[in-house]
Amino acid sequence: MNGFLQALLLQAGYNTALVTVGAAILGASAGAIGSFVLLRKRALVSDAISHATLPGLALAFIIMAGLSGDGRWLPGLMIGAGISAGLGLLVVDWLTARTRLAEDAAIGAVLSVFFGAGVVLMTVIQTLQTGRQAGLSGYLLGSTAGMLRSEAQIIAIAAAVTGLAIFLLRRPFTLVCFDAEYAAVRGINVRATDLAMMGLLMAVTVIGLKVAGLVLIVALTIIPPVAARFWTDRPGRMVVIAAMIGAVAAWLGAVVSSLDRGLPTGSLIVLFSFALFVVSMLLSPRRGLLAGIAHRLRFQGLVHERQGLIALARAEPIYDSQTLRRLKARGWIRPDGVATLKGRAAAAAAQRDEARWSLYRNLHPEAAAGSPSQGIRPLAEVLPPDLIADLDRRLGAGSDFHEVRI
Amino acid sequence: MKPMPELVAQDGRTLAADHPESPLAIAGMTVSYGDKPVLFSVDFVTPPGAMLAVIGPNGAGKSTLIKAALGIVPRVSGKVTVFGAPWRDARHRIAYVPQRASVDWDFPATVLDVVLMGQYREIGFLRFAGARHRSRAMECLERVGMQGFAHRQIGQLSGGQQQRVFLARALAQQADLYVMDEPFAGVDAATERAIIAVLKDLNAQGKTIICVHHDLATVQDYFSHVLILNLRKIADGPVSATFTPENLQSAYGGRLAVAQIDRIAVG
Repeated sequence: MNGFLQALLLQAGYNTALVTVGAAILGASAGAIGSFVLLRKRALVSDAISHATLPGLALAFIIMAGLSGDGRWLPGLMIGAGISAGLGLLVVDWLTARTRLAEDAAIGAVLSVFFGAGVVLMTVIQTLQTGRQAGLSGYLLGSTAGMLRSEAQIIAIAAAVTGLAIFLLRRPFTLVCFDAEYAAVRGINVRATDLAMMGLLMAVTVIGLKVAGLVLIVALTIIPPVAARFWTDRPGRMVVIAAMIGAVAAWLGAVVSSLDRGLPTGSLIVLFSFALFVVSMLLSPRRGLLAGIAHRLRFQGLVHERQGLIALARAEPIYDSQTLRRLKARGWIRPDGVATLKGRAAAAAAQRDEARWSLYRNLHPEAAAGSPSQGIRPLAEVLPPDLIADLDRRLGAGSDFHEVRI
Repeated sequence: MKPMPELVAQDGRTLAADHPESPLAIAGMTVSYGDKPVLFSVDFVTPPGAMLAVIGPNGAGKSTLIKAALGIVPRVSGKVTVFGAPWRDARHRIAYVPQRASVDWDFPATVLDVVLMGQYREIGFLRFAGARHRSRAMECLERVGMQGFAHRQIGQLSGGQQQRVFLARALAQQADLYVMDEPFAGVDAATERAIIAVLKDLNAQGKTIICVHHDLATVQDYFSHVLILNLRKIADGPVSATFTPENLQSAYGGRLAVAQIDRIAVG
């Protein structure tokens, strides 16, 4: 436990601290670009990209091993991975644009073919006698164990540069994700923006290979944005929250894997980000499961209040105990069931609103049927003021809708 | 000032450049999806300050006309100028209101976020939206009666309210030409009145408005000019001279009963 705290607070040696910080920056960049990719509805493309890195990675290793006897130079491996990932991306793009294949089918084809080719090349590498191949398998599931200081520095700096690029492009990204046609009319080059988005996704994937592993990096670009979506309805905030979730998960994953050499970093990062996803799903005050239950209960309460008030307005008896409880709690009836002054006013207001709702349902049946909490919430919360004024004009012109009988 | 529609050159090649004052001039524009042309050699000059309806039967190429003119859909041939300039140089003077269906309504954005997108150009690439931008966005929301909804997620609105928000985003652009794709589709009657009031107000300030429109019954009430399409241009000009039974007959053919045409058309 002591070791965990030390590592968590960056006190477990310079190398471990550097790896942890680098992983966190990577997690933040992955969460941020992942948000845009998710909103562009292309989350699965990151899966194709990450699997397509393998043949390039293996080829780069073979070439470097042949030239210098050591194939593990990280920048060389990154370049190889980047080239084959870019090729995979182009093939997905080309298949989607030029054939009748849908993007998901193209992704499936590219992912499996590239990964298969990569596995063949990895097997070839195992038969080679040179190249110091130990550690190459770490690129599959991610391993920070024994990472060189220079490697950690490269990862941290490259991830930070990627993050900065995402920040600079956030506005065109948002516009294109929301409505590509509108963005095009505003003068944004949609194709270039998409290319930049996929390019940055590719950069994050390639930078993250060593830390998260090519099989698992996709989780770092998908899970944090999905978790972040629970917390906010605003695009900028979603990106920031996703970056934070990604950073925390990567930080924790790097720390825990530094405690024991056997634990693959990528799997730990994925598990931590999944844990944060579960927490978000349960606890988010906006869209979380618990908030949903609370919302249903609140809505039930509103229904009881509304029914009770209308019964009061019509001087009908109320038998439902929950309704009586709610009305008492709001101070609308006395313990003996007689309406208070406040209760009469509320009942009159509910009656007026009921008249508005029924007129609205008559005039605009489709709009009314589609509106949330139909007939339960005050109509003024649902419609713009000019529509309310219009309804009131019609109601006033009609008969004695305003009459309240108590 | 040249008289407008009379000057339409039959070959259409030099037309657009000849009308520097026209908000949107189209010459010889053909658009095709695959090998199937949806618009063929359309010449059209929008008169400045017009309130124009683009009408025609389903599949006549109404939406395609504006999408191709605005560069959303590629053109096979043809030239387009916006206020006399290539549209690339003048597109900041255009406010485009797309069809509601083109948007993912579950997108994490509030009403205010959407209107702020209209000020994309002023806010700039790198800066964040400031109080000034937000207050302008709120003004635009007020003009369409949606100021009380600024912080709702856009998916929680009704169809009419979503259309109002799109209009507010267009207003935030402070453009000179408003291009709207079926703004009244799936919208309640009160919202239709509110939208048309805003459009007439803009038009009174000298802005040009182009609407793809499908409700022939309201053409005479709402618009000053009309462009009738069916694959080719059938006719264009002031509503009083152009919205005639003959033109409607040749655009819609058997799709409109004669009695219907007599009821809605001019003369």
